[in-house]
Amino acid sequence: MQTFKVDEGRRGFLKKSSAITALYLMPSLFVKAISFDKLIPLPIAKEKLQLEINGKTYNLEVDARTSLLDLLREQIGLTGTKKGCDMGQCGACIIHVNGKRLNSCMSLAIDNNNSKIVTIEGLAKGDQLHPMQEAFIKHDGMQCGYCTSGQIMSAVACVREGQATSREKIKDYMEGNICRCGSYQNIVDAIMEVKKSGKPV
Amino acid sequence: MSDFNKYFKMDADDDRADGFEKVTGKAKFTAEHQIPNLAYGVFVCSTIAKGTIKNLDDSLALKASGVFDVISFKNCPTIPGYNSLTADGKRNNQEWRGLKVLSDNKVRFFGQPIALIVADSFENATDAIKLVKAEYEKEDFETDFHKTRLDASKLKANGNYKRGNVAAYKTAPIFIEPEYNIPIEVHNPMEMHASIAVWDGDNKLTVYDKTQAPKRTQSAIAGAFGIPEKNVRVIVEFVGGAFGSGLRSWLNLPAACIAAKKLNRPVKVVLTRPQMFSLVGYRPQSWQKIGMGADASGKLLGISHSAISNTSRYEDFREGIVDVSRFLYACENVDTDYKVLPLDVSTPTWMRGPGEVTGCYALECALDELAYKLKMDPVELRIKNHADVNPENNLPWSTKYLKECYETGKEKIGWKNRPKIPGTLKENGMLVGYGMGSGVFGAGRNNASVRVILKADGNIILQSAVSDMGPGTTTSMTKVAAENLQMPLNKIKFQLGDTDFPPGPGQGGSSTTSSLGSAVFLVCETLKQNLKELAVQKIDSFKNLQTVDIDVKNENIFSTKDSTIKISIADLMKASEKQSIEIVKDSQGNNPQVIKYSSFSFSTHFVKVHVHPKTGAIELKHVVTTGDAGKIISENTARSQMLGGAVGGIGMALKEELKFNHQTGEIENASFGTYHVPLHTDIPPIDVWFVNKPDFIVNPIGAKGLGEIALIGFAAAVANAVFNATGKRVRDLPITPEKLGFKNA
Ligand code: FES
Ligand code: FES
Repeated sequence: MQTFKVDEGRRGFLKKSSAITALYLMPSLFVKAISFDKLIPLPIAKEKLQLEINGKTYNLEVDARTSLLDLLREQIGLTGTKKGCDMGQCGACIIHVNGKRLNSCMSLAIDNNNSKIVTIEGLAKGDQLHPMQEAFIKHDGMQCGYCTSGQIMSAVACVREGQATSREKIKDYMEGNICRCGSYQNIVDAIMEVKKSGKPV
Repeated sequence: MSDFNKYFKMDADDDRADGFEKVTGKAKFTAEHQIPNLAYGVFVCSTIAKGTIKNLDDSLALKASGVFDVISFKNCPTIPGYNSLTADGKRNNQEWRGLKVLSDNKVRFFGQPIALIVADSFENATDAIKLVKAEYEKEDFETDFHKTRLDASKLKANGNYKRGNVAAYKTAPIFIEPEYNIPIEVHNPMEMHASIAVWDGDNKLTVYDKTQAPKRTQSAIAGAFGIPEKNVRVIVEFVGGAFGSGLRSWLNLPAACIAAKKLNRPVKVVLTRPQMFSLVGYRPQSWQKIGMGADASGKLLGISHSAISNTSRYEDFREGIVDVSRFLYACENVDTDYKVLPLDVSTPTWMRGPGEVTGCYALECALDELAYKLKMDPVELRIKNHADVNPENNLPWSTKYLKECYETGKEKIGWKNRPKIPGTLKENGMLVGYGMGSGVFGAGRNNASVRVILKADGNIILQSAVSDMGPGTTTSMTKVAAENLQMPLNKIKFQLGDTDFPPGPGQGGSSTTSSLGSAVFLVCETLKQNLKELAVQKIDSFKNLQTVDIDVKNENIFSTKDSTIKISIADLMKASEKQSIEIVKDSQGNNPQVIKYSSFSFSTHFVKVHVHPKTGAIELKHVVTTGDAGKIISENTARSQMLGGAVGGIGMALKEELKFNHQTGEIENASFGTYHVPLHTDIPPIDVWFVNKPDFIVNPIGAKGLGEIALIGFAAAVANAVFNATGKRVRDLPITPEKLGFKNA
């Protein structure tokens, strides 16, 4: 089975537009397509999957074609993670899988068996917001709020991975997180503040 | 005139009211509502640009796992709004506007939905797309704007304007007549357009829809299905950006409603990102020519502004591209001419700063070009031709502080360092240039209604059927109420996004704060008056007081004459045995002819650029953007809006361009990987500055709009700065190293 995994940095990925086009045009993995007349719609088997999401264990039955993003949003009801393109090109769907950020639209759910996942819903400790969430409010790192979950998950990873050493470094790391409302400057301000505060992220 | 300004002060706590929901992922956007028994609809789209579907074979798709139905012209139920005539042969004024999706076998543009697959899951629906086979009869089509616009017979005239002599610029001692081109730009909000339709019986419907105008959506869908408006409830709690794309309903909405009705279960239709490039409008492509002449002192003697923009073959979309030339500068001889060019593409729509963004790009670049010819500072040229009254209708401006914007912009960007001769200044090996542009947009005020509910515990709820695509309507309305009632912000909640609330305006044309804010102001004034009267009626110590001698502040009602006469709102509610007080108020819009003033917001944008002398790579180094938008209600969210405008302007100037394959009519770059929007790395330090002086002629809260002026004029500032850096004038957006003459950059 072929999987859509983005292992390299988002920046590199964005530049490979041909690879993206290829993914987009890829025919379904589950229909043996030769010519139209020979297409046979097959029943789709569900597969078992265990995940830990925001500290809670889920035992799931999942359509093998379902992306991790759609699993979260459509099946589990964790809609805090956003779909902005479904093509690995916008960063709205970024979550943490086993401690690393991942564009969840580009990963099949079933390829994440036994993974530990943290989404935007799992960042705060009860009523206590995560320092990055607080900083986003303070610096108004949002307008519509649709890219915000992905920006925050990426921003937390940026600080954790030691990439928040300067504004330029932060911008490079965050390049794959598009904000069409244009809140970029405030987002970088928020990340800078969290980094400088030395608060644990 | 109100004394609102007297007690209005910026609150220290200026956080976005719905920030918590947005940073925790709790904010629910349209596609995120969890509805039991939901089915998923996805579009099958045409693979030709124009023609007729001869045969649509959906037999395999219907057999595919999980597929409930394939809806197309073959089996689409007719709905009343799809008829142009009523049963008795009259014109149907509730006819659905725009494409009547799924209803006929005509293809009008590449990628037009020709069928809707409805299945039990997104995966099953999507996988069945390739099982639907269409055979077409193709027709010739046109998607090439540049080629087609040269054939005058293809253009549709859309009105002229003149004052003084036509083409007077040609007789001026110094004149220019440059042409400018702007490609199609696409809104591309991060949230894709989506609708969920839930029928309750045959004539009651709830829709979750991404819209900037819930009331308009409600009446469009009620009309389309021939049911009473009150039977349609539109819910839109959060909107993930729109920038104009949500000002009208698109075909995802009727498709979801039709499917849900046919299948008797809720249906969700979410557009894909590639579909966002063709199914929800865009800023039309345009060609413009500006003739502009002046005497040696810089006094403008004539402006002629012509424009052509594209529309679709099936709808006329027009916008006020040339209008700005009639009133931004004082000039006796002005003529404008605007035509539209129908092409075999989908219909454009309003996009942030519609018309003015396009027009001001040309006008503000032309002024820059003229300034060089005159050997004059471009800001001086603008001040020389400053319009002290609106030259189009001779009405005075309600307020205009554009000169302050010029001054502040100049100072903050370091205008004094601007090289007088282009291409002569270098910094760290880079060519340096400075440029500026101005923006203007009408400060309209529309009708709006707001309900206030005062609870027994003294908490306030405000409600209106508006939506908020991001500027922060919830925040600013809460602040207007808090200032008016002199109450803490946390006691007030503003609710929106539900047509069960009193009707509010669509969020567009930079008029929400002005229109809705006026209604909030009015309803709060009325509430205070009610509380005063209630105190006089119910409370002994108030019995002999006149209401003019009573005030409401800090959740107390008190005599302004005798400080011992006082009662808290909660106690008054208790004493008068009221569970709540509810008031609905309508606030009327205004227009210049009635108020005898011309009301506009103004802006200036100053930018500094670096251009690499070898590669032509353009980098913005600094942006200063200023706004004359009246009183700033929430500085925090207002500033963010201006930042967003600058970012949009960077995209327009340097990156964004929709491209067609004119052989097939297909859009070539319908993805974020190929249509380039501004990213984190494209953004220089941006300074935002507001005049922040109220305009009480427009409305009692003193606020003009600022959503559009944030972007209008910005691209011109970049273009002018690139010229200042390089001496090369690129008039066709986006500006790229290739267009500057650098190869293989
Ligand atoms: S939704 Fe995953 S990158 Fe856009
Ligand atoms: S806040 Fe709207 S897209 Fe980023």
